[in-house]
Amino acid sequence: MKARVLVTLKPSVFDPQGRTIVEALHSLGYSSVADVRQGKFFEVDLEVPDRAAAERLAAEVADRVLANPVIESFRVEWPDGGGAQ
Amino acid sequence: MTFGVVVFPGSNCDHDAYHAVKHVLGQHARFIWHKETSLGDADVVILPGGFSHGDYLRTGAIARFSPVMHAVQAFAAAGRPVLGICNGFQIMLECGLLPGAMLRNRDLKFHCEFVCVRVEQTDTPFTSRCTTGQVLQLPVAHGEGNYYAPPEVLAKLEAERQVIFRYATAEGEVTDAANPNGSLNGIAGICNDGRNVVGLMPHPERACESALGSADGLVLFESVVEALAKRGSLQAVAR
Repeated sequence: MKARVLVTLKPSVFDPQGRTIVEALHSLGYSSVADVRQGKFFEVDLEVPDRAAAERLAAEVADRVLANPVIESFRVEWPDGGGAQ
Repeated sequence: MTFGVVVFPGSNCDHDAYHAVKHVLGQHARFIWHKETSLGDADVVILPGGFSHGDYLRTGAIARFSPVMHAVQAFAAAGRPVLGICNGFQIMLECGLLPGAMLRNRDLKFHCEFVCVRVEQTDTPFTSRCTTGQVLQLPVAHGEGNYYAPPEVLAKLEAERQVIFRYATAEGEVTDAANPNGSLNGIAGICNDGRNVVGLMPHPERACESALGSADGLVLFESVVEALAKRGSLQAVAR
């Protein structure tokens, strides 16, 4: 089962990379781009019997390793709906 | 007195720390590979600078799972002195030995330069020979040294006097211009609740001989030697 884990800095944490990108976009004339937040994207292949186990495992590895809960939050997406084996 | 210098894949200041301790300070030093599960006879442990595991994922994020870190955690929990320098500090933050996290430097640049830090507290084993307000000239070399902690954690660090070093001018004034990376409150180094674990971004081990531009870093290592010698003599008296 494939999970997509998206990790971003928490809204309260300053994102110097996102800030630099948005400034670059403004200098190119994209003045309607109000803000950019940079994050990370992980494609995780899980060998588990069902969706519930997959959700538990994805959340655990995201919380323990993929994201640093002090500064980052994560969300898990299921591109195949999570039902297919 | 034996200093144990932990070596992770990608550590690159391990030899600098070893040299400072052994050849400048004249103490015993040995390397401890990250796969080892014991710290052996080490009296002090140093987590050195570098780019452990290529800084993949986040700085220090993979090194924290090295087998040796269980022993380091136990050593620290027993109140024994541990110093984290640069990447070693980042590893301490990732594994929870110290609170907070590192963000990219605010200007996104890798800073490799001499900075001045002001010693804020002298009641740690690594600053006991300093005076409060003393300014040390030390090199920094990092891209992710922008210290961050949530407001309540930052407030506790300040209230409990756990900020040990702050970026400052040569006169000891903490200013935004003297802050190379955007760290909150100009924080360059902190300690844990027990005050035996200290982490800092600047490199004292690279500033132990005047030929290298500054010998101001030596006082950290002299401090811990003295602190342990005092502790040893107190234990002898108690016996």
